[in-house]
Amino acid sequence: MLNAVNLQKTFNAGTVNEKVALNGATLCLEEGEFCTVIGGNGAGKSTFLNALAGVWPVDGGSISLDGIDVTGLPEYKRAKYLGRVFQDPMTGTAANMQIDENLALAKRRGGHRGLGWGVTKAEREEFHELLKILDLGLEDRMTSKVGLLSGGQRQALTLLMATLQKPKLLLLDEHTAALDPKTAAKVLETTEKIIQEQNLTTMMVTHNMRDAIVHGNRLIMMNEGKVILNICGEEKKKLTIEDLLHKFEEVSGTEFTSDKEILSR
Amino acid sequence: MSPSLVVIFGDIIMSLNIATLFAALPGNVAQGIIWGIMALGVYITFRLLDFADLSVDGSFATGGAVTVVLMLAGFNSGAALAIAFVAGVLAGLVTGVLHTCLGIPAILSGILTQIALYSVNLNIMGGKANTAISVDKFNLVISLRYIDKAIITACIFAAIVMALMYWYFGTEQGSAIRATGANPAMSKAQGINIDMMKVIALSISNGLVALSGGLIAQYQGFADINMGRGAIVIGLAAVIIGEVLGNAFFGKRMNFVLKLLFVVIGGILYYVIIGIVLWLKMPANDLKLFQAIVVAIFLAVPHIKNKRASSFGKAAKRGGIKNA
Repeated sequence: MLNAVNLQKTFNAGTVNEKVALNGATLCLEEGEFCTVIGGNGAGKSTFLNALAGVWPVDGGSISLDGIDVTGLPEYKRAKYLGRVFQDPMTGTAANMQIDENLALAKRRGGHRGLGWGVTKAEREEFHELLKILDLGLEDRMTSKVGLLSGGQRQALTLLMATLQKPKLLLLDEHTAALDPKTAAKVLETTEKIIQEQNLTTMMVTHNMRDAIVHGNRLIMMNEGKVILNICGEEKKKLTIEDLLHKFEEVSGTEFTSDKEILSR
Repeated sequence: MSPSLVVIFGDIIMSLNIATLFAALPGNVAQGIIWGIMALGVYITFRLLDFADLSVDGSFATGGAVTVVLMLAGFNSGAALAIAFVAGVLAGLVTGVLHTCLGIPAILSGILTQIALYSVNLNIMGGKANTAISVDKFNLVISLRYIDKAIITACIFAAIVMALMYWYFGTEQGSAIRATGANPAMSKAQGINIDMMKVIALSISNGLVALSGGLIAQYQGFADINMGRGAIVIGLAAVIIGEVLGNAFFGKRMNFVLKLLFVVIGGILYYVIIGIVLWLKMPANDLKLFQAIVVAIFLAVPHIKNKRASSFGKAAKRGGIKNA
């Protein structure tokens, strides 16, 4: 489904702030694979996801989704194939628009936006049923502005929006990091449910090693803009946090140093 | 107060005649409605797109110039206004392209278009700064000569524009424009071409501004190179006065129709206020200063309200060492 080969990206090339963010990152995902992504600060996890989403063009390498070469497509065109949920709950939704309007915008992802109604009556009924899945009572608040929702509610809504049109690849960029532990667990549970139901090919960046191990059927670790560890199948099921830390030291030759990861063990 | 000042104020008050105020008010209302259409254009960029577009000062005069010159060339007033709208659309297009394709900051893009339009407008009017069109010789759609009719005509225009805006911003494309203004990152992630949406919104906005300019030119019987000077301030004043008023009356029940309606009401109110201060013998030369102060006050109101609700001063009074 996803075929990202040898991605290169350097920010501020030729200046003192030059930063090689991606240095040959490669990843292939089969349809229905749920891959968690871990790595220290600045390892290139979010950059990798942004490269796939087309936030900026890559300096080198190629990206294809379901056999379609998307390397040259700008973000808004690539959006047709991608569902995205961001770390900041504010990013994924339009605060001063209604819940049903936000969902309707997502429903038209990849389609033509003409002069038909922005939200139709049939869609309102459809959204009403869909929102029940989240079990947050949002189905009775469809005309409320999204800005009135809590961070967790907004992330759940964004998740629904990202998967309303089945994406070829779902990109979750630390989408529970800004939430309190209880809400984070709930959103993660919903995430798992939606991914299972729709058999979505997914990449989930997380700083929580336990989440990375528990969820999904594939795990990659990134360091210095490369995928340095790739674990799947039975091996992943048996994985422990100690294993991961050990493997990291083995592969990278340095100690795994990220307060966030260590503290959240 | 020194005796001389008392005498001056006394003279002014003695010279005020309430009848002259009432005689002038219908004219202010008509002007206010037409400027309300202009303010609806400003509302699109300022509120829906979150883009402070200064090109309107130029496109307003463009609308006036195009309308008058075309009518002098034999076009009927409807066709002239329609072409004026298109001219405004083109002006907005230029600002949009400067901003999106060439990466020039929003405010500067508007200023560049505005200053360029000054020359363009002079050329449209054949190098003259002022071109008159007499209501006696031409069939004008709106004129201050027939003030009752002018108010009705202005209301019809405003109602049509509001209806079209209500429809358009409820469509898929209109929603995409609103989303672009509300959250560009999200819009891109949902596959919206935000550059395209900005250009479309700027075009529609400036089209409406030019239409309003064309109506004002007919209303006053001439187009002037300076007729759009400070238009953005008047537009903003109408939008903001309307918002403050609308929130006072309807609060959270403000829907999109009411928001649009209150923009036009804001325009009317603004011109009535201007009428009153002029009647109170404020020198016309000080009008722009007065405009700026009014807009500054209304822009500041929401901020000051917030500050009063939660300020460091109050925090110190509530808590602080003294009270601990």
